[in-house]
Amino acid sequence: MFQEASRTSTALESIKHPDLSKFLVIAAILFIIGVAGVLTRRNLLVIFMSIELILNAANLNFIAFSRYLQDTGRGDVMSGQIFTVFIIVVAAAEAAIGLGIVIALYRNRETIWVDEIDLMKW
Amino acid sequence: MYRYIWLVPLLPLAGAAINGIFGRWFRFSEKLIGGIAVGTVALSFLISLTAVYSYGFGGEARWPNPYVTTQTAFNWIPAGAVKQTLGEGDTSRAIAVNGQPASSVTGPASLLNIQWSCQLDPLSSIFMLIVTGVGLCIFVFATGYMHGETGFYRFFAYMGLFMFSMLVLVMGSNFVMMFVGWEGVGLCSYLLIGYYFNKQEAANASRKAFITNRVGDFGFMLAIFGVIATFGSAQYTNVVSQAAGYPVETLGHWGLMSWIALGLMIGACGKSAQFPLHVWLPDAMAGPTPVSALIHAATMVTAGLYMLTRTNVIFQHSQTMMLVVALVGAFTAIFAATIGITQNDIKKVLAYSTVSQLGFMFLACGVGAFVIGIFHVMTHAFFKALMFLGSGSVIHGMHHEQDMRKMGGLKKYMPITYMTFLGGWLAICGIIPFSGFWSKDEILWNAASTTHIPLGWLVWLIGTIAATCTAFYMTRLVAMTFWGEERFRKHEHGMEHEGHAQKKEHATSHHDAHVPHESPKSMWVPLVVLAILATIGGFVGISTAFTGGKEVGWKMNIVNWLDPIIWNKETGQFGKAEEGKFPPNATPLLGNEGPFGANTSTAEREQLLSQARPTNGEAKAHTGFNLAHAVESKVGSETATEWVFIIISLLVAGAGIGLGLLFYVKSPQLADVWAARLKPLYEASYNKYWIDEFFGWAITRRTMDLARGVFAFDSKVVDGGVNGSAWLTRLTSKITGGADKYLVDGLVNAIADFVVRLMSPIVRAAQTGLTQNYALVMVIGLLIAVAIYFVKSL
Repeated sequence: MFQEASRTSTALESIKHPDLSKFLVIAAILFIIGVAGVLTRRNLLVIFMSIELILNAANLNFIAFSRYLQDTGRGDVMSGQIFTVFIIVVAAAEAAIGLGIVIALYRNRETIWVDEIDLMKW
Repeated sequence: MYRYIWLVPLLPLAGAAINGIFGRWFRFSEKLIGGIAVGTVALSFLISLTAVYSYGFGGEARWPNPYVTTQTAFNWIPAGAVKQTLGEGDTSRAIAVNGQPASSVTGPASLLNIQWSCQLDPLSSIFMLIVTGVGLCIFVFATGYMHGETGFYRFFAYMGLFMFSMLVLVMGSNFVMMFVGWEGVGLCSYLLIGYYFNKQEAANASRKAFITNRVGDFGFMLAIFGVIATFGSAQYTNVVSQAAGYPVETLGHWGLMSWIALGLMIGACGKSAQFPLHVWLPDAMAGPTPVSALIHAATMVTAGLYMLTRTNVIFQHSQTMMLVVALVGAFTAIFAATIGITQNDIKKVLAYSTVSQLGFMFLACGVGAFVIGIFHVMTHAFFKALMFLGSGSVIHGMHHEQDMRKMGGLKKYMPITYMTFLGGWLAICGIIPFSGFWSKDEILWNAASTTHIPLGWLVWLIGTIAATCTAFYMTRLVAMTFWGEERFRKHEHGMEHEGHAQKKEHATSHHDAHVPHESPKSMWVPLVVLAILATIGGFVGISTAFTGGKEVGWKMNIVNWLDPIIWNKETGQFGKAEEGKFPPNATPLLGNEGPFGANTSTAEREQLLSQARPTNGEAKAHTGFNLAHAVESKVGSETATEWVFIIISLLVAGAGIGLGLLFYVKSPQLADVWAARLKPLYEASYNKYWIDEFFGWAITRRTMDLARGVFAFDSKVVDGGVNGSAWLTRLTSKITGGADKYLVDGLVNAIADFVVRLMSPIVRAAQTGLTQNYALVMVIGLLIAVAIYFVKSL
């Protein structure tokens, strides 16, 4: 249904009304990069960055769907964008706390390499 | 006035309760305690006096009919229907008479309802007056005698309780109430003998008295059960009227009446200290002297006589028991009198004298002269209470010295005690006209002339010898105490030379403190009152020989006063019916209930009796040689015969006194000489015939052996069993405990260990603690979820 609509539109229109699937793919790629980063990297700071990627993948999805719903004239257009703003705020707060934890951790154990920190075992 | 007699026992009880409960709390003064005790008893005495007066002489006089306080009584034991037994031949004879199977034949039944009510009749009125009157004198005396004793309040609480129990005993209208009083006086006797409970002697004596009395009480209880089973009632009026209808059991015939009488006699023996249950009375002298006077001379020990007279109709129906009573009495009289001769403790002499005089009273009952027995109870209460109080006064004056060998010459120091004591002495010796003469002479006369039992002459002979002994030992007591040299001084010197020579000056300086002194007023006033009574009290029962064969004084004569309660064997009525002085038919005494009550017709009564009548129907007893009749055939008239016996009894009394004067006044060394000459006899008497030792050996030691045997059995076998089972339990618990610890616990631990060892590496491996591992698992889970979603949507 979406593809049929894009096929009939012009290039300008395609700029005005970008294709939803492209955003979704980019978001999915971002998400996968983020997950891979979380799972494979040993540095806590890098893991945080990866988490930011995951969050932003979600943000991208929200924005994309918001725009899509606006274009098709259905639903409440603003809620996706408001969600995104919320997520950015929460991510900022989370980053602040997370970086605090990292500093506390480093002061106690002198490392931020996660494979050396197995405190959750105890 | 006699409607208020229920107050008589309650007043002393109230006094006792106040003294006993509050006397200690509020530290009552001696005056207050004495006042309460004496006041309540005095009030009781006044009520008794007016009640007896209005009962016998007043406007609404009921004498001789008993007055029972049914208005103020309550139903104490409503026991329901009781089947009465008719004694031997109860069922077997009934088959023969009625021709019915034995199982369907039942005796008559009646409703047993034991009331708590007082009975005023000639007998209880006499006892009420003795108990409250003599008791009042003794209470007054005790306030002086017990002065300064610790536990003053306790003493008077016990004494008041005793008065209550004694009055319940004599005023109760049935056997069960008598038993309550009987036990009550026994308890108070125990408490008061053991008043000085910190003295071993007193504590032992109190226990001895209590336990010895238990033997008697056992017999009494059996007799009460017998009475209820036979007559279906415990009320005196019912019982005596029914018993009057039973056939007389001749010598050697053991019917219902004999068995009941035997039980009653055992009870009387215990309470009235008759051989062989007399052993407690001499020891009871360990109590304070007023107690000895009140309980162990004047009142409690005469309870047996009260019971005998109350049930005289039962006793008279059993010739065997009459003979037993007479012989036991005579034997006790002579037995105790001979012991009294050699005792040195003033109270011991009086105690054996009391036992001996009680023997005389039993003797009187045994020969059928119940009235004279009660007469002697009365005179004895006067003169023996007097002598006990006199001895208490002496003991008080001598600073608690009881040994007569350390007395002597006291008449100079204690004139009032001496003069009053002389009255008691002459009375108990039987010198005319002192009270003891009248009653003792009547007893001996009745013994000689009895037609109730055989062997009257033997009883008379024993009684006469006992009377001689009495006169002798009483003279000895008076001589050693009041006459002769003042041995208490010699004794003091002896003590000094023996042990305290160096303290001689000191000893002589307080020597004067040991000089006897006359007792205070509170003590000698009762003595004077009792002395007057002991002197003239005998005139209420003046012998017919002195009045020309007539009984003078009408109701004031104790013989006439008491006669209506005595069953007359010849006429089968109560009282001397032939004289016609009071209604000859005893119907007022008859209750309405029961097979022999007034409601039963004569024919029915006859039929019932024919079932119960023993085979030897001839009740007429052959009593053999009769001394009085033999003398009468020589001298002619009955009055002349009586005079012969009066002269004999006066002669023996004079002989006893003369011997006493010879031995202890004229030539005092004679006593020791004769004691040495008759050494075996003297030893036997001095050691009280070793009765205590015999009982100690035969009963106490055997009981102890039994107790030891039982203890050994208990400690070895029973305890062994208990301890063994405990040991066994411990053993099994050890085994099961071990099994539990090693087997069960081991198994559980082993399984748990195995599971843990097996599973933990796997579980532990998952717990790396590395955040990324957990995140990986989450991602894998996410992927799986997504995969499932895809697979499903395809």
